[in-house]
Amino acid sequence: MTPQEIAALLVDRFGSRILECKPDEVNPWSVVEPAAILEVSQFLRADDRTSMDHLELLGGIDYKDRIEVVYILYSMKQHHRYTLKCRLPREAPAIHTVESVWGVANWHEREAYDMFGIVFEGHSDMRRILCPDDWEGYPLRKDYKYPKSYRDMPV
Amino acid sequence: MEVDFSGDVMTLNMGPQHPSTHGVLRLELKTDGEIVAEAIPHIGYLHRCFEKHVENVDYPGVIPYTDRMDYCAAMNMELGYVLTVEKLMGIQVNNRVRCIRIIMAELDRIASHLIAAGTYGNDIGSFTPFLWCFRDRETILDLFEETCGARLLYNYNWIGGLMFDFKPGFEKKVIEFIDYFEPQVDNLNRILSDNFIFVKRTATVGIMSPEVAINYGVTGPNLRGSGVKFDVRKDEPYLGYQDIDFEVAVGKGEHGPIGSCWDRYMVRIREVKESCKIIRQTVAQLTPGDVRESIPKRVKPPAGEVYMRTECPRGELGYYIVSDGGLKPYRLKVKSPCFTVMSAFQEVSRGSMIADVVAILGSFDIVLGEIDR
Amino acid sequence: MESIAQLLRLIPKYDKLPGMAQAIIPVLVSCIVIFALLALAVLFLVWMERKVSAHIQDRLGPMYVGGWHGWAQTIADALKLLLKEDIVPAATDKLLFKMAPFIVFLGAFAAFVVVPFGASSFVTDLNIGVLYIVAVGSLSVIGIIMAGWASNNKYSLYGGMRAAAQIISYEIPSAIAIMTVIIPVGSLSMVDIVNAQKGGIQHWFLFRNPFIFLAFIVYFVASLAEVNRTPFDIPEAESELVAGYHTEYSGMRFAFFFLAEYANMFLVASVATTLFLGGWTQVLPSSIAHQFIPGPILFFLKALLLIFIQMWLRWSLPRLRVDQLMYLSWKVLLPISLVLVLGVGWLAVYW
Repeated sequence: MTPQEIAALLVDRFGSRILECKPDEVNPWSVVEPAAILEVSQFLRADDRTSMDHLELLGGIDYKDRIEVVYILYSMKQHHRYTLKCRLPREAPAIHTVESVWGVANWHEREAYDMFGIVFEGHSDMRRILCPDDWEGYPLRKDYKYPKSYRDMPV
Repeated sequence: MEVDFSGDVMTLNMGPQHPSTHGVLRLELKTDGEIVAEAIPHIGYLHRCFEKHVENVDYPGVIPYTDRMDYCAAMNMELGYVLTVEKLMGIQVNNRVRCIRIIMAELDRIASHLIAAGTYGNDIGSFTPFLWCFRDRETILDLFEETCGARLLYNYNWIGGLMFDFKPGFEKKVIEFIDYFEPQVDNLNRILSDNFIFVKRTATVGIMSPEVAINYGVTGPNLRGSGVKFDVRKDEPYLGYQDIDFEVAVGKGEHGPIGSCWDRYMVRIREVKESCKIIRQTVAQLTPGDVRESIPKRVKPPAGEVYMRTECPRGELGYYIVSDGGLKPYRLKVKSPCFTVMSAFQEVSRGSMIADVVAILGSFDIVLGEIDR
Repeated sequence: MESIAQLLRLIPKYDKLPGMAQAIIPVLVSCIVIFALLALAVLFLVWMERKVSAHIQDRLGPMYVGGWHGWAQTIADALKLLLKEDIVPAATDKLLFKMAPFIVFLGAFAAFVVVPFGASSFVTDLNIGVLYIVAVGSLSVIGIIMAGWASNNKYSLYGGMRAAAQIISYEIPSAIAIMTVIIPVGSLSMVDIVNAQKGGIQHWFLFRNPFIFLAFIVYFVASLAEVNRTPFDIPEAESELVAGYHTEYSGMRFAFFFLAEYANMFLVASVATTLFLGGWTQVLPSSIAHQFIPGPILFFLKALLLIFIQMWLRWSLPRLRVDQLMYLSWKVLLPISLVLVLGVGWLAVYW
């Protein structure tokens, strides 16, 4: 399926919950309402026309006015790729986990939580993965202040 | 495996400092006697905030940082990043650059798989293949040193071209090495891969079914060991791989169920032979040219985003770049193959014995620099 | 020992010593001689292991210390270990901790008093020689358990228990394989066993009897497990996961464990030489030539050949997993050795 067809399929099925579609870019993407992400993911995985069985990347991006969560999906059977984005507010960003759809999302979401502070509701093990468990702050945010010390050690 | 964990579960730590964990990885093993109930990996000991650093350097300056992620196959790390930026900017490179990039990437693939095979033998207890693999790897590192001055971290693939061209006579040395090396792989098979004890230790252990592998996003030799024929070089070819004739090595389960540690290890050995084929064909395709001809004066990609993946020795390496039109990347996210395969580790090692945990970890061939970035 | 006793009588006023002393002093002197020879042999074996492993791995090994191919490397290493700080961890059981290396070494050393190196070069000829060797060889298990326990480290204990289980399991097939040699000879004395193989290679037990040939292989494999060599080196390579039983040891105490391992290697090679390869007797059939190489030298060369094979196996083969090891001992070697004993017995009765 071409990116245009996938975008059309999504709009067709989910209507107004798909906020924006840009299938003609170098990396085609659609913006999905955060509350709908689990349904959209399950649909894209299960449907035979898309069969997106491979979650390639799940990451956060910090724009000045919002935090985005990016899902890059790929289909091993059909060899097509599509990107979903969800826009979250900067204070207390939260979204439902897609761990039940793709097992790999477990660690990727932990990293997004560690680096951006995005809380994934329903995650089985929501704790930091790369930074120590008692680290303060979310390093990849643009307004991150480097701490002066960690547990009495100068950083 | 049906196990009843009603007994006392003891927590054992394979701590960050350990001879067999291929880097600083902490494995928390919850064991009931000999059987492992859970093997929980804890990472982050080598986290150097690569993604934060690169937001403060310009695009060409990111290349040395990418080297240091997977330091065993640095050429492939650079290649992935450079191809991603070139895709965003729409740069086409000439034939000489394309061929040299393929030759260097495949030589690095051979070097990386030699490390994987040698250290895996070491973990299982066979000390000799380790030294044989490293002896052969030395020749590859000498070739790299001759071209770009460094043995391990190269800064060689630049955006739009390469740092240096080959020295005269380099192609002959590469072919000489490949001619010498292909029989050595058979030697290695005799001492390690087909060894009865090695097969007994690895061919029934760490079975990862294709469904588990795809669910956990496993790629590369780990996925192919489970029988799934999937290689980025064939699926979404870059750099002209579609015109090169090579096979994708897949695990066939000769000594046990498909998806065992032995299958994953054997896929790597077969891939080494395929890399030799690729190098021979590419050396024949080399044409003269200037390797710095397409390098832009200032690397300023247009605003937008791009995702590109390449096949590095450990799996599918993906770079996701968000550019705001400036000189520095706004966001660079790396999808590292070892990160995803480690997330599957807990699932695969459940129910195995303690000694098998080491075998499974070795068969995944992880490099912590890539997991932690 | 008789020759030493005769030598001692040459010392003036030796006859004036009380009878008790005259009985004990030759024994002591023989033991010191054996200990010195053993130490020299172990020194040589460590150097040989490093050279053999190096050449198998396509490198050179020791080259500098002492000039020619680094022959003095082991002496340098021993000196270094002597000079190291003697660390006894605070929470250990001090007496057991200090005694353990000596008991492990004792197990290897004590068995050498019955091994005949030559026609009269042995300390004593016990009429239960073989039984004595099998019995004393098990003493090292006590030392290993002591080392594991006294280290106050749950991983050392775990490793020590595994090592003990391995050694005890493999003693059974090795003892039964030895029995196949005793049946044709009819005596447990080591000297009698060697004398039954006099006359050349065709008289060696190895080639006289297909059952004994197989018993040699069973004994060789079982003895590899006794000395914790790869492919059976789970106790040493416990550093894969848990620490081995000698982790807390450093300096000279560790050197003793190391010494004990090589002494054990030499012991099992010597026992295999005596029982299967004809001990110090000649290789060429006596119809062709008399024995021109002196007995002890020939004995040492034969033992060296077996030790070389042991080292070769160590550096070529991977390690067996613990359950595979136990499976091999109880379900493969033990039934085979029982069948071999039956076979040798049947041959002895009907031939």
